[in-house]
Amino acid sequence: MKRFTPILLAGLFAPAAVWADEVTPGQFTANNVWMMLCAGLVFIMHLGFATLESGMTRAKNTTNILFKNTFIVSIGILTYALCGFNLMYPGEFNGFLGFAGLGISTDEAGLTPAYADGGYTYWTDFLFQAMFAATAATIVSGAVAERIKLPSFMVFSTLFVALVYPWVGSWQWGGGWLSEAGFHDFAGSTLVHSVGGWGALVGAWMLGPRIGKYVNGRLSPIPGSNMPLAAVGVFLLWLGWFGFNGGSVLSGDPAGTSFVLVTTSLAASAGAVAAMACSWFVSGKPDLSMALNGILAGLVGITAGADVVGIVDSVVIGVVAGFLVVGSVIFFDRIKIDDPVGAISVHLSCGIWGTLAVGLFAPDKSFVTQLLGVVAYGATTVVCAFALFGVIKATMGLRVDEEEEIEGLDYGEHGMHAYDLGLGGGTSLGASTVSSSHARSMASQLATSER
Amino acid sequence: MKKVEAIIKPFKLDDAKEALGRVGALGMSVTEVKGFGRQKGHRELYRGAEYVVDFLPKLKLEVVVPDDDVEKVTSALAESARTGKIGDGKIFVMPVEDAVRVRTGERGDAALS
Repeated sequence: MKRFTPILLAGLFAPAAVWADEVTPGQFTANNVWMMLCAGLVFIMHLGFATLESGMTRAKNTTNILFKNTFIVSIGILTYALCGFNLMYPGEFNGFLGFAGLGISTDEAGLTPAYADGGYTYWTDFLFQAMFAATAATIVSGAVAERIKLPSFMVFSTLFVALVYPWVGSWQWGGGWLSEAGFHDFAGSTLVHSVGGWGALVGAWMLGPRIGKYVNGRLSPIPGSNMPLAAVGVFLLWLGWFGFNGGSVLSGDPAGTSFVLVTTSLAASAGAVAAMACSWFVSGKPDLSMALNGILAGLVGITAGADVVGIVDSVVIGVVAGFLVVGSVIFFDRIKIDDPVGAISVHLSCGIWGTLAVGLFAPDKSFVTQLLGVVAYGATTVVCAFALFGVIKATMGLRVDEEEEIEGLDYGEHGMHAYDLGLGGGTSLGASTVSSSHARSMASQLATSER
Repeated sequence: MKKVEAIIKPFKLDDAKEALGRVGALGMSVTEVKGFGRQKGHRELYRGAEYVVDFLPKLKLEVVVPDDDVEKVTSALAESARTGKIGDGKIFVMPVEDAVRVRTGERGDAALS
């Protein structure tokens, strides 16, 4: 089962070191183009998250979901430029916390093969990592959907992506203490997905379930509004994962990138098939939303070890993740943690599994060290998320009022709907002259008069 | 003049429309509605849990006809919309006081033909 691994390890890491001396301008350009393409693919994942979350929630909250996703990717890239990149990659530091200063800049060397063994330039490095940062924060969005106050979410996600994600990320990818300890997380089952997942868990728990999710203590499902949109989102995420994992090779190395794309796709496929089988067995009918979550489960699961596990291992990791995500969704529903899109089950449960699986399947990787990493990231992220959400709850409040939740956050938070349901259009109120204080009452008059 | 109002299964619309055409109904209106009768909705599954959908999608087909045509119109509707399974719907007949053709101002039965 592990026969591919030595070849892979050689293919992945040795050439980068060897090429450092002899990388040609052509190779440098090819590497850099591949890494920029991967940055673009990871960017597409944000469209995937936006459509998936829109599809799995109700139509009355779609504008709100899309607004949050639009905000996160934008603020994520800005804060990563301001402080995130230098917090996550501080250079030489004590292994626990370091900061290389505000802003991004590079000298001439950052644009030559001397910067990263010819894998990419400084600017590519920043952009690729910035897309990752925004991914971690956007995971929270789905779990807290349909009930969190927009400004409260914006404050949380800004601080989470600007400070928490890069700080804990530095422990591993920045060359910190976990990296020294031999922890392995190839593309972020833990660093990205379970960090986002822990934040999602704390947020969903502190908010409580959506109105109507539990009627007299009994589970009453709240179906999503648009399965085609959810499917589009998951397929976009799978596409984006080719960049997420493929780019984590950190060069265009033919052996490494092609192998990683294969393990990634095998795990995604195995996750889907396992989740289909599991949901079919559990509920007597095949559940599309579970099958889609199964794809994501396999992808999250393989992300920690896509470079160091074998072909068969990647299928096993995907199968276990597919079963795990179905069980996890049902478990969190039972304990009344309401996660409309299954973000906690996909990113946290399968992120932990994927990280531990490296310890089980990869040679030279210690299960205990993998467990240490999982616990360290879990404990720290939970404490940080509790602190952030706690302060926000005490000062700004976390949850919209009952009336707004029932009417929908699209109207309550934004005064606009995602879909024209016959309420908008037709009568111009001279939008440019309507002050925000008047907008609400005028909009409600408009809605009433046209009904 | 009577209004015949039929609540039918959505996929039966084409059959009902053709049947009405055969018995001479010249116009009709259709509305998407939701509702339930004795069958009380049905069960659906979402992410491992069952829930009851009370209001099922139906179509409401309305046609206004002269008194003499009521019998053949209701029969045509009942026969064309029938599947024999629960949830086939219901037909209501109610009196209509008057009708006006907007374009010409014709009244009563003349507005229907």
